Amino acid sequence: MSILQYREALNQAMREEMLRDDRVFLLGEEVGAYNGAYKVSRGLLNEFGPERVLDTPIAELGFTGLAVGAAMAGLRPIVEVMTFNFSILAVDQVVNSAAKMLYMSGGQFGIPMVFRGPGGSAHQLAAQHSQALEAWYCHVPGLKVVMPSTPADAKGLLKSAIRDDNPVVFIESEVLYGLKGEVPEGEYTVPIGVAEIKRPGNDVTIIAHSKMVHVAMEAAKDLEAEGLDAEVIDPRTLRPLDAETLVNSVKKTNRAVIVEEGWPFCGVGAQMVDIIQEQAFDYLDAPILRVTGTDVPTPYNKSLEHLAFPDKQRVVEAVRRATYRN
Amino acid sequence: MSSGRGVAHATGGNVAEITASSTLAERARRLSPTLLKDLLEKMLLIRRFEEKAAELYALGKIGGFCHLYIGQEAVGVGAISTLGPDDYIFCSYRDHGQALARGLDPGVLMAELCGKVTGCSKGKGGSMHLFDKRLGFYGGHAIVGAHLPLAAGTAFAARYLKEPRVTLCFFGDAAVNIGSFHESLNLAQLWKLPVVFICENNEFGMGTPIEKTAAIQNLHERGGAYNMAHAGADGMDVLAVREVVAEAIERARKDSLPTLIEAQTYRYMGHSMSDPTHGIYRTKAELEEHRKKDPIKRFISALETIGVATQEYVEETDNRIREIVEQAVVFADQSPEPGRDALSADVYLP
Ligand SMILES: Cc1ncc(C[n+]2csc(CCOP(=O)(O)OP(=O)(O)O)c2C)c(N)n1
Ligand SMILES: [Mg+2]
Repeated sequence: MSILQYREALNQAMREEMLRDDRVFLLGEEVGAYNGAYKVSRGLLNEFGPERVLDTPIAELGFTGLAVGAAMAGLRPIVEVMTFNFSILAVDQVVNSAAKMLYMSGGQFGIPMVFRGPGGSAHQLAAQHSQALEAWYCHVPGLKVVMPSTPADAKGLLKSAIRDDNPVVFIESEVLYGLKGEVPEGEYTVPIGVAEIKRPGNDVTIIAHSKMVHVAMEAAKDLEAEGLDAEVIDPRTLRPLDAETLVNSVKKTNRAVIVEEGWPFCGVGAQMVDIIQEQAFDYLDAPILRVTGTDVPTPYNKSLEHLAFPDKQRVVEAVRRATYRN
Repeated sequence: MSSGRGVAHATGGNVAEITASSTLAERARRLSPTLLKDLLEKMLLIRRFEEKAAELYALGKIGGFCHLYIGQEAVGVGAISTLGPDDYIFCSYRDHGQALARGLDPGVLMAELCGKVTGCSKGKGGSMHLFDKRLGFYGGHAIVGAHLPLAAGTAFAARYLKEPRVTLCFFGDAAVNIGSFHESLNLAQLWKLPVVFICENNEFGMGTPIEKTAAIQNLHERGGAYNMAHAGADGMDVLAVREVVAEAIERARKDSLPTLIEAQTYRYMGHSMSDPTHGIYRTKAELEEHRKKDPIKRFISALETIGVATQEYVEETDNRIREIVEQAVVFADQSPEPGRDALSADVYLP
């Protein structure tokens, strides 16, 4: 084991996969000489040269489409978007080209591409730079959506994403880049589509992904002091979702609280509610509750911003309601 | 720049100049009869195939959006005749002609239009999404302009893998106003990608004349904004298209540089089979005027002038091609529908 930052773990994953497979290359804004807007690609230009680490113009649609075309011709591009807010400019290529190419070509053209970068809010970045857009991508058949919450998962899942023959939307967390954690040495991958039970428990299931996993874990600690034993699950991959792990947990705890940073309406948690109510209806002892981002564009003001996103307290309160402790 | 026909950096593309420099017959004389006949047969095949597709559409055997290539045959045939077997082709949704020009079996194409499992995309793409990897036919794409970045991508891959493959990318005049066109041109020139962008200017984007949507007259001049070689070509003259594209393909293959070409052409049918041929946005007289420049008739008369084709040859060939098209329909008719399991197949690779 070594202790790595989340960004270093991502960097290792890319470096190892680029060493392993010549067809893997990285492109995006500032990924080369500047080492990445968040320093995730540090050193890669030096090591692999400008043929494989390409600084692009600010043209998300164009360079993402170029990557899709390169994938059609047998390469394995990693597209870095500076943040997922700007991925919106490339949505046409991700949704209309990458996700559908295999299907509409009758199975002839898979798109082995990773579309990665940070998502979610950070610190007072205001409305256009503070969005959790995973639900948009989760909606689309043909895409996989991965959101790691720890350095180990960041490394293991990114390696799996790069090796995957399908387009993988890989959403990192802007505020987790500096997070340190243990990462296994040597060859290490985490399979796509497998959830992790972060904390076993019996009284309630808390489902959370990306940085909300950490919020959920803190809440679980507080709840323990109240005599409530929460099971915390990180799906890690949102599509394909490891429904079995979620459903089995709820069958055991009979209650679920789902935490996400994104907006409530048609959010990722809404889909989880649907799956759980269908597959574990008879096991439920309370309505499934959701703790989500507030249904507003993100405000700049610090205290308003704080109100706009789930925090430990809101999760604790939701669990109390789900267990009728209020 | 040896002649007005070549690829020019600055002005280059006045279409009238290009064809005026020598007649079609004179230029045909320099080429082998085999090649000339092949070009003619491909154009005729497209014409007859598309006429049949219109019939099948009226019968309800072909559904959805179906955009015919009638009138534009010289562009696809002339341009694709310059490619090698390993080169890449991208098209918009108006892609039947290019697929046939590339050698896609007419039966397989008709089967795709009819949604049959024997179609080139197993009946799941339809008219707008023709794909054949072995032919280097990398698709019909139905979001205007969205395939230009893809074409830059295969060109990028060729350079990356040090393969001598070039990419030829067809699109309509209306695509020159969308962001992906500009982003692709910039990337292609900046990264020196072996790609030829060919704009088929048929004067309209659906029912809107290009003058109403582009603040420039010679669309290929947009290449100049990106320091890209660019040229116009008479898109009703198969040899003019061939010459201009050949030079661009050579530039792509030898120097790994892109080119923007504008082929001036005209579509005879409505935008798609659901639209009228004329009425709101153009008059019947206008359409008839353009039909006089018919690329196939012009080519036939040039070939007759130089003695490569006789009237009997043309008639025989036409009959043979009509029969091929009939057989394509038979193949499509007799082909099975995709099974229910096809619905969920090919969403993900394992
Ligand atoms: C981005 C986008 N907007 C609108 C459409 C609907 N549409 C389909 S074809 C077309 C006109 C395109 O004209 P042009 O590029 O000149 O090609 P042509 O049909 O003449 O070959 C439009 C508006 C679309 N497919 N994609
Ligand atoms: Mg047009």
